Amino acid sequence: MTTNTVKKVRMLRPKKRSEYRRYTRSKGGTVLYFSLLFLAGMFTVLPMIYCICTSFKPLDELLIFPPRFLVHRPTLENYIALPSLLNTLRVPMERYFFNSLFISISGVILHVMAASAAAFVFSKSQIKGRKILFLIVQFALLYNSYTLSVPQYLIFSKIGIVDTYLVYLFPAIPSAMGCFLMKQFIDVSVPNALMEAARIDGAGMGRIYWQIIMPIAKPSWMTLTLFSFRDLWSTVPSGTIFSEELKLIPQVMTNITNGGIARSGSAMAATVLMMLPPIIVYFIAQSNVIETMSSSGIK
Amino acid sequence: MKTKTIPTSKSKLSGAGENTASWLLLAPFMSFFILCTLIPVGSSVVLSFFDYDMVSTPIFTGIQNYMRMFTDDSVFFTVLGNTLRFAVITGPLSFLLSFLLAWLINEFPHTVRSILSFLFYAPALVGNAYYIWQVAFSGDSFGYVNNLLISLGFITEPIQWLKDVAYNSTIIMVVQLWMSMGVSFLANISGLQNVNTELYEAGAIDGVRSRWHELWYITLPSMKSILLFSAVMQIQSVFSISVVVTTLAGYPSVNNSVDTLVPLIQDVGTARYEMGYAAALSVFLFFMMAFFRIVVGKALDLMGKQD
Repeated sequence: MTTNTVKKVRMLRPKKRSEYRRYTRSKGGTVLYFSLLFLAGMFTVLPMIYCICTSFKPLDELLIFPPRFLVHRPTLENYIALPSLLNTLRVPMERYFFNSLFISISGVILHVMAASAAAFVFSKSQIKGRKILFLIVQFALLYNSYTLSVPQYLIFSKIGIVDTYLVYLFPAIPSAMGCFLMKQFIDVSVPNALMEAARIDGAGMGRIYWQIIMPIAKPSWMTLTLFSFRDLWSTVPSGTIFSEELKLIPQVMTNITNGGIARSGSAMAATVLMMLPPIIVYFIAQSNVIETMSSSGIK
Repeated sequence: MKTKTIPTSKSKLSGAGENTASWLLLAPFMSFFILCTLIPVGSSVVLSFFDYDMVSTPIFTGIQNYMRMFTDDSVFFTVLGNTLRFAVITGPLSFLLSFLLAWLINEFPHTVRSILSFLFYAPALVGNAYYIWQVAFSGDSFGYVNNLLISLGFITEPIQWLKDVAYNSTIIMVVQLWMSMGVSFLANISGLQNVNTELYEAGAIDGVRSRWHELWYITLPSMKSILLFSAVMQIQSVFSISVVVTTLAGYPSVNNSVDTLVPLIQDVGTARYEMGYAAALSVFLFFMMAFFRIVVGKALDLMGKQD
């Protein structure tokens, strides 16, 4: 297809997204694909359903033979038992919850801002060395993170941030994955012509980033928010946090999940509760993504 | 956080001002990147030439750690083979599936799309819940799979799924596939939304008649950079398979049948305190992944040129 045709079509009249792409679709195909997808989707979601069902099972159903997948007499007792299982903790549960929420939210904001700014520079600026720097970032993604924990610990203790919130935040900010994702998206979704136009209007890089790139790239950084929140929410630092007041929820949850078969119901209840915040973030982000998508593509 | 940088009111091609602003925008990310990633990677590479037990002073041993890998480690080749086998089978499969699913889902109206996306992203949301698979494939008759097969009359004795060399690697690959699609899948979904819809219209006028034609001539070329991202993420996750394997099959597994490189590195580092050797193994793993990354990059480049 030539650019000419594209222009011709563009001139005819603006169309809504839903009006396109009917030409190449058959109804039967759509129904068939939907059924296949739904079946595959049921397979992938099954473990999550299992988690939820098990968390509502009374003790005798947990131990029943033959094992049952679904719950027959749902009960809340596993959830009700949670506070008493946690009351041996030296620090109140709310503190862990606050820590987790605080770290996840501030970490996500810092990471998304830093990574998208860097990605914008890698994608659209004219500075020397941006290509090689981006290659380094990209390849760093492939280095096994376990091996890095010892040098990281040494660095953190040298600059004196061991056992503070900063050991959670520092490594979260430069996550190479986020920068890579944003760079790829900005490459596709921001036409160079738009950059030219903004430059001619006298906008500096800072303004282009904040007022042009970020709004256009909203679907991408919403997606990144999702990934980043999920990762931070489940962070378990390796040997860099000692104070009980600074620990996060996942570290506390292991206390419950290590409790053996009698506690497996409560362990599932805890797992389900842990799942909720990422799911909420998913739906917030996803609804935003879908709303902005159709308008963002190409201006 | 970021301050809004000085708007350069100068002129169109404000070379110097723009460069300064660019560096300023890059600075927060790069400075933390150097501190938390680059320096640790560098020191890990240096450490791979030393003998270091985390207590005494490191002793320089040249390439001895690398020699040891190939000549003096009884499990290295088995582990390497397992890693490659998992990577070569699940990597491409997961890459293709996550694109195909995203592409098919993208066809549907808003609500259907949200629901289907949620179903496929769910494994990533259940977090560390892959131990559920352990329940499913548990070796006694309490395991769901055994129970089902027994009640259907396919087997009479429970099978030790995760201990049996005949089954465990297949099971691990299925679980890995189940887990690894999340990130690529969602990236693909939002990438597909970014494809210029006018191209589809133009394509239809120019004679693209089926959705598969459209996929090949319009969608794929427009998706190249997201596909590269997705491929790199697959390489990263598939070569680093560790928790799935250690949770399901334990470490070391029966006859090392499913042990992979990352658990080996962790074992060498954490249990045996041989940080130098662990670092050398990591460097080796890195070069292997980098090789595949370069091959994949070249392959995706070709895709564009044919068009």
